[in-house]
Amino acid sequence: MSTRRDFLRRAVAGSAAAASCAVVPPAAARGNAERSPEALGLLFDSTLCIGCKACVTACKDVNDLPLDISTRPESPWDTPVDTTARTYNVIKVFRDGKATQKDAETDGFAFMKASCLHCVDPSCVSACPVSAMTKDPVTGIVGYDPDACIGCRYCVAACPFGIPKYDYQSATGEIGKCELCRHRLPEGKYSACAEVCPTGATLYGKVDELMAEARRRLALKPGEITRFPRGNLSTGDQPSWEGAAANYVQHVYGETEVGGTQMIKLAAVPFEKLGHKPLPDESFSSKSETLQHTLYGGLVLPLVALGAMTWFAKRHIGDHDADDGGDQ
Amino acid sequence: MSAHVHASPAPVGGRLLSPATFVCAVLILAALAVLAIRFSAGLGAVTNLNDGYPWGIWVVADVVIGSAFACGGFSVAMLVYIFNKGEYHPLVRPALLASLFGYTLAGVGVIFDLGRYWNFWHILWPGYASPNSVMFEVAACISLYILVMWLEFSPAVFEKFGMKNARRRVGKAMFFLIGLGTVLPMMHQSSLGSLLVVFGTQIHPLWQTMALPAIFLISAITIGYAVVLFESCLAAAGYRRKIEMHLLTPLAKVMLGMLGVFLVLRFGDLLVRGALGHAFEANLQSVMFWLETACFIAPLALLRSVEQRRNPARLFSAGALLMLGGSLLRINAFLVGYDTGEGWSYFPSVPELLVTIGMFAIEVLGYIVITRRFPVLPREDHAAPAAAH
Ligand code: SF4
Ligand code: SF4
Ligand code: SF4
Repeated sequence: MSTRRDFLRRAVAGSAAAASCAVVPPAAARGNAERSPEALGLLFDSTLCIGCKACVTACKDVNDLPLDISTRPESPWDTPVDTTARTYNVIKVFRDGKATQKDAETDGFAFMKASCLHCVDPSCVSACPVSAMTKDPVTGIVGYDPDACIGCRYCVAACPFGIPKYDYQSATGEIGKCELCRHRLPEGKYSACAEVCPTGATLYGKVDELMAEARRRLALKPGEITRFPRGNLSTGDQPSWEGAAANYVQHVYGETEVGGTQMIKLAAVPFEKLGHKPLPDESFSSKSETLQHTLYGGLVLPLVALGAMTWFAKRHIGDHDADDGGDQ
Repeated sequence: MSAHVHASPAPVGGRLLSPATFVCAVLILAALAVLAIRFSAGLGAVTNLNDGYPWGIWVVADVVIGSAFACGGFSVAMLVYIFNKGEYHPLVRPALLASLFGYTLAGVGVIFDLGRYWNFWHILWPGYASPNSVMFEVAACISLYILVMWLEFSPAVFEKFGMKNARRRVGKAMFFLIGLGTVLPMMHQSSLGSLLVVFGTQIHPLWQTMALPAIFLISAITIGYAVVLFESCLAAAGYRRKIEMHLLTPLAKVMLGMLGVFLVLRFGDLLVRGALGHAFEANLQSVMFWLETACFIAPLALLRSVEQRRNPARLFSAGALLMLGGSLLRINAFLVGYDTGEGWSYFPSVPELLVTIGMFAIEVLGYIVITRRFPVLPREDHAAPAAAH
């Protein structure tokens, strides 16, 4: 008995020392995740979008998605107003006053694409308890696996952009969200939305190159004539066209927001007016995981606590539990 | 510390069919009917859940609040075995029973809410489980804790069936089970708060803080004592037993101490983060914040003096108010303070409420059946029909 007690006492002393180390600095603070150099993504330029919704249709086609919400039940075509578990990509229009002029803040209108931004440090992946949401280490595409998913909808609640959606109308509902057409990559194809976009408003490519293209546009003088690439920026598979640069807001949305995203956006109207709230640069997943790793890293703190609690319980149980100790 | 002499636990006895148990049974049947629709037609058929509010009361009430209400066992065990307050020993078994029920039901309640429940085992399976996820931590800890509590409670069952050997074997491991039984709830009750950290700016600053794990844990321990007061008063009234005032009066003081720690932590955090100003804005969030705070502060006034702590009505009300405050804290943090963007709203549907009510009915029914048939509550030595109020 004395040896066991000694052991426990030493265990407590040792682990108390370990605990004091674990508590001092948040040694496990992990900071934002780094973007893969091969990361793939999209550049959406609101000033080039004409609201034709070819991208919305193409997305439904290549992902085999059923009809969704129609503005009128008898309407012959699908007109979803927001992304859902059955609609991964929509174009939203934002208007002000008379809405007569494109990209004007007052009395104007502007288009905005809503689909997964493929965050560099995604909240949905950090939240998912069963690795059903995963981030590809090379392409950085955030994919979903319904066969792993338990349908807890933590990802739905956690995403700062309100992207993953659950199908509440089904007894076996799945999460639905854009996966950057990762299923088409093996066929040598790329995101359908970018492939069909007539103006290059949605442009596909490596994020590094897309970022450089975005900066190039921001550096243009409003009205300056320039060439706009279309389709896949990295391969240049579609002819570019010549047009005038818009009066851009000097901000690449997604460059730093919540640790950066792989779909980045340009606009001529403040992003807040386009439904994009300002977000901090620190990713929410790094906050959450730093907290978890500080508390549970190597299970140090829980084991210290367990050692201490067991030691106390062992000491005190005899005092009160003659009846619970089994030797009546 | 010398051993205290306690009456050993004994079944209360009496009839099982009563108006209370009948009502419970009806409520449980109603909940089962709703669940049949939920499992055949999907969550949308019975709930008001939507993609702006993917979590409703099945998560917040049945699991987050339900498990906090089930902290009595852990709070009392900590007092008895860790702080060596043996005088509270008679409270251990009834509190443990309530916890066992609360947690087991919370575990079952999770299944109702999971959209792809047949994959549930993934959360504990090495190939799938993701340790970075707060929810993984919650699920793993709660599952293990439920198991530990069944073992902790097993002596009552073994006694009932006269299984002396099994009884003795569990008795030998009891100190370790008790250790686990205090650490595991500390881990997941705090993590239930940490769940919200990854929601970032979607949670109102009155509730979004890195102190969430501490706030949720301390409030859960406080609620644990409140539930014991509440339950003891109710059991005394319901079974016409003597109220254990010599235990409840000092326990109330312990509870107030924890409550003090909680309030210092809660307001200290708000001040340090400079978020207290949000409490004075004119919106739903600030109103709910003050309602929550009032429920936490009122017990301090209700139970200021020893005389007041000897008053069963006051003990009962203070316990109930703290349970309400703890519930509001959780509802506010998860729902009222959650804003994922314009155009979304949520209020539970009637069928959703029926399931939540049904879950609480199972708890009450189970408590009555078990205390009447199993040795849980302390034996009543003096047959005098003591005053219940
Ligand atoms: S936008 Fe949302 S769903 Fe897409 S990667 Fe980021 S957190 Fe995940
Ligand atoms: S709903 Fe599925 S994908 Fe989303 S967090 Fe839960 S298990 Fe992961
Ligand atoms: S296809 Fe291009 S131009 Fe048409 S709506 Fe989509 S992004 Fe806009």
